[in-house]
Amino acid sequence: MQFFFEVLIGGLLSGIMYSLVALGFVLIYKASGVFNFAQGAMVYLAALSVVGCMEKGAPLWLALILAFAVMTLFGIATEKFVLRKLVNQPPIALFMATIGLAFFVEGLAPMVFGSDPRALDLGIVDEPIESILESAGMVISKFDLVAAGVAAVLVTSLALFFQYTRIGRALRAVADDHQAALSIGIPLQHIWAIVWGVAGFVALVAGMLWGARNGVQFALTFTALKALPVLILGGFTSVPGAIVGGLIIGASEKLAEIYIPPVMQSLFGGNFGGIEGWFPYVLALLFLLVRPEGLFGERHIDRV
Amino acid sequence: MKKSFKPALAAVAVSLALISQSAVSAEEQFFPLVSYRVGPYGANGQAFYGGFVDYLNYVNMKEGGVNGVKMAWEECETEYNNAKGVECYERLKSKAKASAGPIHTMSTGISYALVDKAAADKLPLAMMGYGRTDAVDGSVFPYAFPLVTTYQMQASAIVRFIKDKEKGSLAGKKIVYLYHDSAYGKEAIVALQAEASLNKFELTLIPVAHPGNEQGAQWLKIRQEKPDYVIFYGWGVMNQTGLKSAQKVGFPRDRIIGSWWAGSEEDTVPAGDAAKGYMAATWNLAGKSLPLIADIEKTVYGGGKGNLQDTSKLGTVLYNRGVSAAVLSVEAVRRAQEKFGKGKAMNGEQMRWALENLNIADARLKQIGAADLLPEIKTSCANHEGSGKVKIQQWDGAKWVPVSGWIEGNKALIHPLFEASAKQYAKEKGITPRDCSKEKI
Repeated sequence: MQFFFEVLIGGLLSGIMYSLVALGFVLIYKASGVFNFAQGAMVYLAALSVVGCMEKGAPLWLALILAFAVMTLFGIATEKFVLRKLVNQPPIALFMATIGLAFFVEGLAPMVFGSDPRALDLGIVDEPIESILESAGMVISKFDLVAAGVAAVLVTSLALFFQYTRIGRALRAVADDHQAALSIGIPLQHIWAIVWGVAGFVALVAGMLWGARNGVQFALTFTALKALPVLILGGFTSVPGAIVGGLIIGASEKLAEIYIPPVMQSLFGGNFGGIEGWFPYVLALLFLLVRPEGLFGERHIDRV
Repeated sequence: MKKSFKPALAAVAVSLALISQSAVSAEEQFFPLVSYRVGPYGANGQAFYGGFVDYLNYVNMKEGGVNGVKMAWEECETEYNNAKGVECYERLKSKAKASAGPIHTMSTGISYALVDKAAADKLPLAMMGYGRTDAVDGSVFPYAFPLVTTYQMQASAIVRFIKDKEKGSLAGKKIVYLYHDSAYGKEAIVALQAEASLNKFELTLIPVAHPGNEQGAQWLKIRQEKPDYVIFYGWGVMNQTGLKSAQKVGFPRDRIIGSWWAGSEEDTVPAGDAAKGYMAATWNLAGKSLPLIADIEKTVYGGGKGNLQDTSKLGTVLYNRGVSAAVLSVEAVRRAQEKFGKGKAMNGEQMRWALENLNIADARLKQIGAADLLPEIKTSCANHEGSGKVKIQQWDGAKWVPVSGWIEGNKALIHPLFEASAKQYAKEKGITPRDCSKEKI
């Protein structure tokens, strides 16, 4: 039973890391109804900007500020050169634009900062907490706990921002209907630039944590793949949904990886395993059949 | 007024023909480089192909080519993508008609895609330490060469290394095989199972789904299993994630031994302190002080013709591996010229013969300063691998350090597995295997 809880807690903490990436998707979807295919590329760009600046001699705090500036500029440029032309176009056109953006960033970022995988040291060691290991015999990573704390602060801040600020309310209005928001004087262009900037900040936080965990390299773009089932479960428009979805996906994929292969082997023979790559998608698919809007997503009703 | 474009077009056509002819003249040995320097694994390709091109340049600068035949090459970027790999091959193959050095794709996927095409076009495909491993049996795969070592022989050599560490017996020991869940990772399973049965150790197989950037469950399972060693066949981000995850569960890194795909600076540097003590297989050592590498730096970089943009890669594991691949390829050109005429460019069929009749002894490797870049190699129709030997190196926190001499995998155990697989392939494809006893040297 102790092993079960160890896997469960490890999975929940991994899920938090997925949530951090999913949050970026949610922000942009909430403000523009666009599924931002480039979110993984933004995580890569943000992390690469930090290590790129550090290699030029900047201390970590300055590198973070510079990287945030890069992400903000990226957000403003995306609004000006990509999204502005596509206002009131079908969502699929905006989605296709973000696919182009993803490939552009994935090509440009390594050209500017280099493609070598690099280490990122945030000063948090990814080692088990000794006291828990000794008392409960369970491995709980210091790094994962810090990541969970960061995610909690980020979610709380974003939830408050959306709920209680004028910009937050404007963001929600824009998400509901671009044209209606424009007609009552909400500056759509500013709102989009702000939300892409905030999504860039979220990408920076995710990039820092994923980069410190696995190294800063092209594979950071793959983190987006882990966020998709999280979004389906949590809902594309819910910040808390991204967290809850992440927890469910993280825990279930780890438990599945441990407990399903032995059952499959006893039934069919051979060697099973490596199922955590597809298991979250199957879970999300099943969930879609039951609750297409996700756990916390808004139910969409069209009048005929 | 109606203008005619015909003269202009004709002029362009003539110019292009002249350009292409000058790129591959009769006195040049052409190497079609199906390479990758950008994309997800671009950093690996930059070092490898940088080393490869530097050595070709070195041969031209140092000795004016091979018996007066200069080395020439053209690169085509695959981004480690199978479809682009095939596209590049198709683009370069027409230029390789008159003379063709072996094609090195540095990709198992692209190699698989090219095995049949290269055979049909009579162009030799080199797969040093990767690719379709049953091509060791040259009777079925005349144009494919998994040279130096294979995933299976490498696994067998790693087992032998562990056995030596355990004073000659693995009976009752537990070994976990943690592998990339792809053809690359799966190919070694049958070899490890055979080794487990022979050496009486308990083998546990744990796959990791691509890309391997999350291995929490696998390492908790390893912690629960409490193995004596982990044999680790990772690739890309899976390598750093594996080392970091091992640190997270407190598994000692000096009990993890990786394959050569998991044994470069690109794998250990991003893992930081988590990589210290980790070991991996290799057939070329790292370092700029190796005689050949030092001379390349002096001759090629000193002459302003170095291929690397980032010269810090000079002397890294993958740079030196690129040099080792080029050394082997150029030695094959020499061998072909010995048979088919010195001072002439060799075509695909002649190079195929040379690759199948290589005999590079230690004395020759020492002579060219490559003693730590390649093991002795002796190929034949029945053995396109030619060696099966690797060394084990250990990451000391800053650099790779050799911790063993050459270790050969158990050929008697592993090679019959290749023969059985090749036989099955021949049956499926309707290929009549060559009779190797009738092949002329």
